[in-house]
Amino acid sequence: MKTQFKAPLLGAAAASLLTAPAQASTVDETVNAIFANSTGWFVSFIFSPFPGTSFPWIVAWLVIAATIFTFYFGLIQARGFKHAIQLVKGDYSDPDDAGEVSHFQALATALSGTVGLGNIAGVAVAVGIGGPGATFWMILAGLMGMASKFTECTLGVKYRNEFPNGTVSGGPMYYITKGFEERGLKGGKPLAILFAIFCIFGAFGGGNMFQANQAHAQLTNVLGDYPGYITGIIFAAIVFAVIAGGLKSIAKVTEKVVPFMGVLYVITALIILLINFDQIGWAFGQIFEGAFTGLGVAGGLAGALIQGFKRAAFSNEAGVGSAAIAHSAVKTKEPVTEGYVSLLEPFIDTVVICTMTALVIIITGQLMVDPETGLYMVGENGAIQTASGNTGVALTSAAFSATFGWFRYVLALAVILFAFSTMLSWSYYGLKAWTFLFGEGKAKELTFKVIFCLFVIVGAAASLGPVIDFSDASIFAMAVVNIIGLYFLMPIVKHELDSYVSRLKSGEIKKFK
Amino acid sequence: MTEKIVVAYDGSENAHNAVNFALDVAKAKGATLIVAHVLEWSPYSFLTKTEIEERHMRRKEELERADKAIVSPLLKELQTSGVEVEVLVKYGHTAETLLAIVKESGAKQLVIGRTGQSSISTRLFGSVAGTLAQAAPVAVTIVPQQ
Repeated sequence: MKTQFKAPLLGAAAASLLTAPAQASTVDETVNAIFANSTGWFVSFIFSPFPGTSFPWIVAWLVIAATIFTFYFGLIQARGFKHAIQLVKGDYSDPDDAGEVSHFQALATALSGTVGLGNIAGVAVAVGIGGPGATFWMILAGLMGMASKFTECTLGVKYRNEFPNGTVSGGPMYYITKGFEERGLKGGKPLAILFAIFCIFGAFGGGNMFQANQAHAQLTNVLGDYPGYITGIIFAAIVFAVIAGGLKSIAKVTEKVVPFMGVLYVITALIILLINFDQIGWAFGQIFEGAFTGLGVAGGLAGALIQGFKRAAFSNEAGVGSAAIAHSAVKTKEPVTEGYVSLLEPFIDTVVICTMTALVIIITGQLMVDPETGLYMVGENGAIQTASGNTGVALTSAAFSATFGWFRYVLALAVILFAFSTMLSWSYYGLKAWTFLFGEGKAKELTFKVIFCLFVIVGAAASLGPVIDFSDASIFAMAVVNIIGLYFLMPIVKHELDSYVSRLKSGEIKKFK
Repeated sequence: MTEKIVVAYDGSENAHNAVNFALDVAKAKGATLIVAHVLEWSPYSFLTKTEIEERHMRRKEELERADKAIVSPLLKELQTSGVEVEVLVKYGHTAETLLAIVKESGAKQLVIGRTGQSSISTRLFGSVAGTLAQAAPVAVTIVPQQ
């Protein structure tokens, strides 16, 4: 009797268990389909290749800009590196200005916006598609990007707004407007508006959906599969509580834990590299060889190069203009000093942290090599086959866990925290662009914040492909406008730099320590 | 040039004792009293983006508050003492900033109060009084809690 009674119940339970995920996946699928359809045109425009090649014009755009800034400012990334560190250490800080935002604080806060999933997931995507050679181009892009950052952050501080109540903020939309006016150029305002629009897109895309998406991927990796919109709703609720509800404590905790997680990540990577130090030479060999031959990767050299540059830009945001918003709030008499400090950002983010991720992935043998040809095995989708079919964060997770099993959980926590802090950063950038367009006001700002949180849910529910495409496209669109502005305004930066350097040499700018 | 005496003041009752003590010394010596109020601040702490945006404003507010709630009432009180009083409000690490003030002003003495607690945190991280007693280049008087 009892068993007979139990069986249908169990059956019903099993049936409901089976249908629940099925329904859930249709929600996710619908979100995904709508999303992919509505953003596809934008993505294909940004990533359209030069006619007759497979080389996207946007990658060339970033590389050419970084190269021009590098030469225009006479290799500022090498020349100014030492001075940048002195500034961060506070050697040139007037003790009477204590209590204002220090260079260190500005750098740390800007870094917490850029160090994040780009360093963990982005690198895995780059190496997974472009092979180890992508790392070389990524490092090069990081080094060149330092000059772009220098340019935009100097301008960000020079043309920031100091409001009557004492708050300070700025960004490309302001330097493009004011800088163009100062130089007597027309078209500043429309360009600034265009930047602000793309910045809002970027805030919803790379700064939000991509983060939510990868955080969900990590959670399912640790907790088992469940529908994305659940992660989305929880994340959206917390983000909303912080940015609209004034739950500052969460933001403060995040701001303090994130640097710690970053350091932990780097230390773990270093330990893994030390354990395998005999392979580091081989790994760098793979990186250099792959950079110029592609080692059989789809697209060969170009494939590695495109992936490397794309992911570097996405990770360190040099030329994108977002960092200019973050740095502009610092209180300094010399805008150039903030430019100096900001050039450390791509260095730490890309040259140090991204390279470590790439080395760990390569050294732990995540990328499958064909034993006969010695070339990487490329799957149907054009990506390199990985040890257990992993991509994105899962690939990095597998690489780190190969040495330390427990790191899977640390990484999951790190990813979620990084994702969260990046979302908070971008909600700030997006808001600044929003208030530039629509003006300041409680209701206007709340509208932005609500939309921002809705995109968290979409990001977590949609699948990686369309999200990552839109994220990239939105961030690169910002770079298109920002770099046009930088070309017109770079003589102003040059003038500031020359004047600063000469006063530094003459001893007019004193060292306090 | 008259001698200078630096006294640390944070508005607490105990700091007030230290000021009274320093005042007596200053009277006896005909010295100038420098009242130093330090707002604890580290340039290496982590701030959120909004905190950075508002920092300049907050700093102004904090300085105004320190002046209104702590420094001004004391100055009023010291007006009638007949001793010349200077006030310095600074940001920084408390002990380091006091040392910097001593060095800059060329003071001969430093007077501070101590809370008299020997808590675990004091044992671990040291106290301002302890640090100054060890590091100050001038004579330090530590006024205990009464």
